[in-house]
Amino acid sequence: MLQRLRENKSAQGTLLALPTTVWLFVLLIIPLILTLIVSFGRRSPDGDVIYTFTLDNYTRLLGYSTDCPDGQASCFDPLYVNILGRSLSLAFNTTLFVITLAYPLAYFIARAHPKRRNLFLFMVLIPLWTNFVIRVYAWMMLLRKEGAINIIIGWVMNALNIPFTPFEMLYTPGAVLVGMIYEFLPFMILPIYTSLEKIDTSLYEAAADLGANSIKTFLRVTLPLSMPGVVAGTILVFIPVMGTFIVSDILGGRQVILVGNLIQRQFLDARDPTFGSAASLILMVMTLIVTYFYTRKFGFGEEIVVG
Amino acid sequence: MASEFAVEMRDVVKRFITPEGNEMAAVDHVTMRIKNGEFFSMLGSSGCGKTTSLRMIAGFEWPTEGEIYIEGIPMGHTPPFQRKVNTVFQSYALFQHLTVFQNLAFGLEMEGAGTDEIKKRVGHALEMVQLTGMDRRKPKQLSGGQQQRVALARALVKTPDVLLLDEPLGALDLKLRKEMQLELKALQQQLGITFIYVTHDQEEALTMSDRIAVMSKGKVQQMGTPVEVYERPANKFVADFIGESNFLEGTIKSLSKDEASVFIPSLNAEVKGMPISEGLVTGEEVVVCVRPEKIKLVDKSVKSDGLFPGRVTNTVYIGADTQVFVDVNGAKLKVWEQNRISRLDPKSFYTVGQEVWLMLVPENTLVLKKD
Amino acid sequence: MNPFRRSPFVIIAAIIVYFFLYAPIVGLILYSFNASRTNVTFEGFIPSFSERVVMDGSLVKSSPCGPFHWYCDLAKNDDVAEAAGNTLTIAFISTIVSTIIGTMAALALQRYNFKMKPFSQLSLYIPIVIPEIVMGIGILTLFSQFFGWANNAFNLVGDSRLSLGIATVTISHIAFMVPFVTLVVQARLQGFDKSYEEAAMDLGANEWTTFRRVTLPMILPGIMSGALLAFTLSLDDFVITFFTNGPGSTTLPIYVYGLLRRIITPQVNALSTVWILVVFLAVLLLQILQNREQKQHS
Repeated sequence: MLQRLRENKSAQGTLLALPTTVWLFVLLIIPLILTLIVSFGRRSPDGDVIYTFTLDNYTRLLGYSTDCPDGQASCFDPLYVNILGRSLSLAFNTTLFVITLAYPLAYFIARAHPKRRNLFLFMVLIPLWTNFVIRVYAWMMLLRKEGAINIIIGWVMNALNIPFTPFEMLYTPGAVLVGMIYEFLPFMILPIYTSLEKIDTSLYEAAADLGANSIKTFLRVTLPLSMPGVVAGTILVFIPVMGTFIVSDILGGRQVILVGNLIQRQFLDARDPTFGSAASLILMVMTLIVTYFYTRKFGFGEEIVVG
Repeated sequence: MASEFAVEMRDVVKRFITPEGNEMAAVDHVTMRIKNGEFFSMLGSSGCGKTTSLRMIAGFEWPTEGEIYIEGIPMGHTPPFQRKVNTVFQSYALFQHLTVFQNLAFGLEMEGAGTDEIKKRVGHALEMVQLTGMDRRKPKQLSGGQQQRVALARALVKTPDVLLLDEPLGALDLKLRKEMQLELKALQQQLGITFIYVTHDQEEALTMSDRIAVMSKGKVQQMGTPVEVYERPANKFVADFIGESNFLEGTIKSLSKDEASVFIPSLNAEVKGMPISEGLVTGEEVVVCVRPEKIKLVDKSVKSDGLFPGRVTNTVYIGADTQVFVDVNGAKLKVWEQNRISRLDPKSFYTVGQEVWLMLVPENTLVLKKD
Repeated sequence: MNPFRRSPFVIIAAIIVYFFLYAPIVGLILYSFNASRTNVTFEGFIPSFSERVVMDGSLVKSSPCGPFHWYCDLAKNDDVAEAAGNTLTIAFISTIVSTIIGTMAALALQRYNFKMKPFSQLSLYIPIVIPEIVMGIGILTLFSQFFGWANNAFNLVGDSRLSLGIATVTISHIAFMVPFVTLVVQARLQGFDKSYEEAAMDLGANEWTTFRRVTLPMILPGIMSGALLAFTLSLDDFVITFFTNGPGSTTLPIYVYGLLRRIITPQVNALSTVWILVVFLAVLLLQILQNREQKQHS
């Protein structure tokens, strides 16, 4: 028996990978299939799922409505399409801002003295290790009318003799954007740092030797070589932003509804799992499409798990 | 010992699936008999199958076809830890998390040796490779040469019947490598165990080995003593691979038991009395192999049989020799001239464009199949 | 060109980003000493110690713990203790399981060829490319369907009825942690020269001894960093836990989230501060240990 297993490399591999593969199959793939099945179902009056095959949930999501104002049988209701669009544009904006903020810091760390790099990196990780929910809460305190940001602006305005009344920053799209940027910034810094750090310093010397000044060296050598990090970071930021509901829940109040909030409410408040499942599949397809086209253009960031 | 042969490979084939999905024979019907106490080398360029052969003897790979015998016992799918052979790895593969002592003790612990015995044997092995006192260091704290010795000691401390060495000196610089070559040879003679040595360095193989197997494309091209493979290469590949050779094309005019006379167009002459390799027939198109150091250049004023005119196209001074490149009716020949006399006058060397005579001694040539 | 040269622009930008990263945390800690119960504005530190808590409207005038009033308050909070216990239980169990099976899978994927290898490898990327909420509701659907069926089929009643709880949270955590462990260990294994193992076998060690004495010690740093990543992922997780927890399995993030939707006292800040401190110290300790080990090895 042992001798047999010893000689059968393929069986050894299968056996070693089996627990993980089965676990992932049962808890990731079967749930996706179930979600798909449920999304074609209909909600019973008491909130249960009636298994049938209907595309109603999807047509409703894409704007088909039978609840029309002037007696029409059907009309276009932009409610859900707007939610999807809002989520998408928020994810794009967050990613752009995060890249803008993360790149200089990653560059700073990568070019710091090797002895200090670990400390600087550690300083990026500390906020990441404080809890996600706590981080949102911190911004809740900063952004509100009585919060620190208003107080500080007040001081500055006072010193400049400009009249200023504190205003509510909480429960606005801007608050959600700031919260998202804050939450996911470290996920961009780490992969960019990893790819920057990999660049051999002799390449900078070679570029200088061939006559490139520091700006040209950056644009022609550093930036292209750090693209894998940017790509990995983008995947690590864009996808979770698309699906997060806490940030918008807490910092956006009921004002900023994203697809994540929509799904969550279908499962908890509204109790329509069929509609929630359909929304969640649309969300998944949207992120997969964006990721597909993005990675097809830039490649799949290999730095994705290194940080 | 039960068998005359320490290791025997009988008609061994090893096929791999390449990443592209094609099947490739890394070792193609190889048969080798390695005698007890022999220093045996497998020589060839990368991908010739020498390392795969060694790995099959060690037990890291199993033959697809054929059988490997160690001390007369067929190995089949015996795992490496049940074979009485030990390996010195190209990368040394020293356990970085263990000290030198622990590295050496590892194999003895696996045998179930007691603490005292381990201490004694490890101490002895370290003495043998002149590393006494280094036992508490980690491999990273040693120089490349020292690491190499640890790898050697770690394998030898197990007192294997056969020691397998996979390019063990490849990472050392030239001077250290030459020293180690002699040391290894001395060690092998002192211990009297079989060494199977894999290398791509022909000089290394010639220096150390009792016998050499020259390999190419998964096949053994020739097996023999260093003198045999150098002086009587079995084919054009071996002649080209071991040392350097000039090849002159020609046709066999007549053939005796061990000599031929060949018409060589570029010399515009029929050269008689040249030694031959096996399987040649009269009228066959052949190549005549001449080693560069076996051609002599003589002054143009003398003229006799076996002298052919040529013109110097380039010379390279390399210290011990001067390499002279001569054009003979379009055939380019290399000639190594020993610098026997110390002088600085450039005129005393051959110069480009100079007319010279080449002296070919038929006994110093070899007629080979044109492949 | 000096590779360590940086332009002032980069330095200023780095300072700004660090400020952005830390300002909210500093504010959070500061407010944990707030005298105001409502915690809307900062009303100064709680000024003095007294035997009993003295309140003036919503302001705490003095307390047995003085400025640390909210920390004492927190210590008395049984819900927090329970949530912390749950969080750690879940994190420990899921880290151990995911590290073991994840390392096994990494070895399989890096070393062996087998039929389901492409499938195994591909399934690792699911948690990276699919939003967490999609997995969360999927797992919730799976559990509720399965429990509904099992409770019916086996006539389970009362306490023996299957329901969401610590077990479901742990199982779900393992599902999204395993891929990260596997990918991290796999990355480390890529640089692992196979000849170390061959050397061990050559010296007489069988497969298991080789793994225990050579492979494991050499890849342990990789496994440890995989485990650390898994542990922090589990501690930090909100979404998956949100959908898979049940009565009695509230974790700290879920507990804090619940508070944020109701009245917030500086107790939340005190909790956050303790959390940050504990995580900071734990990571610092790990770093020091790792550094020491590295020094020993070099």
